[in-house]
Amino acid sequence: MNAVDRTSQLPDDQRVVITGIGLTSPNGHSLEMFRESLLEGKSGVRKYNIRYVGDTLAGVCEFETTKYQSKRDMRRGTRAGTVGIWAASEAIHRSGLDWPNVDNSRVGIYIGVTEHGNVETENEIYSIKAYDYDTTYWSHHHNPRTVANNPAGEIALNMGITGPHYTIGAACAAGNAGIIQGVQMLRLKECDLAIAGGVSESIHTFGIFASFKSQGALAWHEDPTKASRPFDLSRNGIVVAEGACLYTLERLSDAKARSANIIAEIVSYAINTDATDFVLPNPERQAQCLQMALDRGGLTPDRIDIVSTHATGTISGDSQECIALRNVFQGCENLRFNNTKSFIGHAMGAAGALELAGNLPAFQDRVCHATINVDNLDPECALPGLVINQPQELPRVDYILNNSFGMLGINSVVIVRRF
Amino acid sequence: MTPAEIRDEILDILSEIAPDEDLSTIDDTKSFREQLEMDSMDFLDIVMELRKRHRVQIPDTEYGNLASMGSTVTYLEPKMRDIVNA
Repeated sequence: MNAVDRTSQLPDDQRVVITGIGLTSPNGHSLEMFRESLLEGKSGVRKYNIRYVGDTLAGVCEFETTKYQSKRDMRRGTRAGTVGIWAASEAIHRSGLDWPNVDNSRVGIYIGVTEHGNVETENEIYSIKAYDYDTTYWSHHHNPRTVANNPAGEIALNMGITGPHYTIGAACAAGNAGIIQGVQMLRLKECDLAIAGGVSESIHTFGIFASFKSQGALAWHEDPTKASRPFDLSRNGIVVAEGACLYTLERLSDAKARSANIIAEIVSYAINTDATDFVLPNPERQAQCLQMALDRGGLTPDRIDIVSTHATGTISGDSQECIALRNVFQGCENLRFNNTKSFIGHAMGAAGALELAGNLPAFQDRVCHATINVDNLDPECALPGLVINQPQELPRVDYILNNSFGMLGINSVVIVRRF
Repeated sequence: MTPAEIRDEILDILSEIAPDEDLSTIDDTKSFREQLEMDSMDFLDIVMELRKRHRVQIPDTEYGNLASMGSTVTYLEPKMRDIVNA
C-alpha cells in the first residue's frame, strides 16, 4: 500500500497501533465469531423482558462469564464490569503480550460508557420496595457498583493493573472516545499499554427502554432479528444492546520491538459538539467532525474505503447522518458505507468500539459487510455506496472511518489504516 | 430455629456470598476468614441477609460475634430461637 498520510510521517513513538481485540457482542464473543455473523447476516437481537417495561427486544451477550472472573466478584460487581473483564482479558490474551512480565503500573484502562449506575440504582430501589422503602436494607455494595469509574476499576482489580483507570462518559460516542483517550495517553507517555474501548450494560436498566419508548424511539418488530433496520423506510427506533469491545493499543515503536501482530494503525480522530439540542443531531456539526478527522490525518475523503455509520434506526438520526456523509463524501465513487447496529442493535457505550472491530478484518479479506434489514431503502438515506443486505468484496481496503454520535450533541470519528 | 437450623441458614447465606467456596469442610471452631476468602463487605452481606430474611438486627458493635460458624450460631440462637423455619 502506498500509505502517505500525516500520521505515517510521525516518529514511531507517536504512532499508535491496535495489537489485540477482545469483545462480546450479541452475535459473537470473539472477533472471529462476530465477523462471521456480520458476513452471514446473523442478527443478535432477541425477545427480552425487563421489569415494568415488559416484553421488548434487546441485543443480549452470551459468553463464558466465569472464564476470567469468580462468581463472588461477579455478584459484588456490575454487568459492565463483567463484560469489561471479559473483553480486556481476551484482548490481552490475543495481543501476544507476555502479560506476567508486563509492568502493570504502565498499563492504562480507558473505558467509554454511555451511562453507568442506572442498573444498580434501579435494582436497589426495587429491592427495598419489599421493605417499605426502608433504606437500612439498601446494599453496602451500591457505591462501589455505581461510581462512574466502576467498569474500568473492576478490570484493574481483576487483572492487577495499577496504572490509571477511568471511564469516559460520552453517550453513544463513548466507544470511540475510549479509543481516542487511549491514543492520547500513549502519545503523552502516560502509559505504555492502553486497554481502551467501551462497554454497555444498558439492557439491564428498564429506564433506558422506558425513556426511548416515551420518546417514540424504541424499536419493535414481530421478528426480533428485523427490528434494528437503519436506513429502511419502516424503521421505528433503537434496539438496546449490551456488549463490550476493548483494544490493546501500543506505540508503534513498542509493538515493533516485541514483533507484535499489528492489526491496524489509528491514524486520526476527532470529537466535537453540536451545541444545538439535547437529542436531535446536527448534520452540519457531524460533517465538521468528519472533516476535522480527515484533515488531521492529512487525508482526502476519497482515501476512505469503508465508512462504518452510526445510524441507530431512528427516523431523524439516520437521515441526518446521511446529510453529513453526503456533504463530506460527495463524489467518492469507490467508498462503501455499512452499519453494524442492524445486526446487534445499539450497544451504547460499546457501540463505537464494536462497530470498528467488526470492520477491521476487511483489511485482510477486503469484504465490506452489509447493513441488513433494508427492504425499502429510505430515499433520504440512499447513499451511493451503501452496502445493502449482502456483503460486498472491494478492490482495496486501506482506510476505515468509524462514526459514533451521542445525545447532548457529541460527535466522534476514528480513522484506522491497514498496517 | 434450632442451632442446627441456624447453622444451615448461615451456610445458605454463605453459599450466595462466597459461591466459589467449598462450604462442606467448614470448621465451626475456626474463623471464617481463615477458611474462606472473605472481607468486611462479605460480613456486611451476612448482616444484611439476616436482616432481610428474618428481620434480625445486629448492631455494628456486635459484628465481632460473626467471626466463626460456632460463635455466629451461639450469638444468633437467642435472636432466632422463636423464628419458625419456613
